[in-house]
Amino acid sequence: MVDIDTGPEISLEALQAGDRAEFARLVDAYSIQIYRLALKMLGDEQDAEDVLQNTFMKALQSLGSFEGRSSLSTWLYRIAVNEALMLLRRQKPTIPVAMDYEDDDDELQHPTQFTDWCCLPEEELLSAESKGHLDKAIRRLPEKLRVVFLLRDIEGLSIRETGEALGLTETAVKTRLLRARLNLREQLSMYYGERLKEEQA
Amino acid sequence: MEEKNCKSLLGSLSDYVDGTAQEELCREIERHLAGCEDCRIVVDTLKKTVYLYHSSIEADLPVAVRERLFKRLNLDEFLKTN
Repeated sequence: MVDIDTGPEISLEALQAGDRAEFARLVDAYSIQIYRLALKMLGDEQDAEDVLQNTFMKALQSLGSFEGRSSLSTWLYRIAVNEALMLLRRQKPTIPVAMDYEDDDDELQHPTQFTDWCCLPEEELLSAESKGHLDKAIRRLPEKLRVVFLLRDIEGLSIRETGEALGLTETAVKTRLLRARLNLREQLSMYYGERLKEEQA
Repeated sequence: MEEKNCKSLLGSLSDYVDGTAQEELCREIERHLAGCEDCRIVVDTLKKTVYLYHSSIEADLPVAVRERLFKRLNLDEFLKTN
């Protein structure tokens, strides 16, 4: 997990006074997180780069009205998520929306995969092919689950920060996080289950 | 305390794998896991799922992406300061 607050201390005062060197520091402190989030949400490097650039352009424009009620990083994530969602909306027809009907109040999907693939060696679990599959599995998640999972489990935001970035209650964040994790576990179990069979064959 | 069944266990799994579940709940879950192989696998593979995603993140921004970003933001003069 990446600790988002270990970066250099950024001065909001300097940023709001128009200190460009300080803004460059802000960009360097958070650009990898924003790029990674956009890449995992959208699955396309060019789209991710657009989101990255637009996020910091918007941040630059709206710094004056930032009141510091959330942390700078949470604020940047919020802008980035909106940018990415806008892009997704525009592309919607090409993106599979399977299971998007799932609602927070619906009963949890009961597990169907019971293969114990934990024993697979780490180089198999994290091979280039496996990593490609991990990313693909994220993109098969319904959007609203995907974004919660990315902020919480990939970027390492707390439940509260994730809620702030998305305008959700902590309860909603927790519900969606659990759904996302269970969904991914099902997908990974099918994938690694096959690898396990190959290995034992 | 009534024995937890598989279904009621499901809702507490995130808290359990994050280590934020109350002690009493943890004990209940562990009691159930000891006698339920399917749930034990679900918990183990769920933990592993979260772990794998943690372990596979990219830590560096591609140099060319950073350059184009700085140009777009008119911050060219600070490109070398990193």
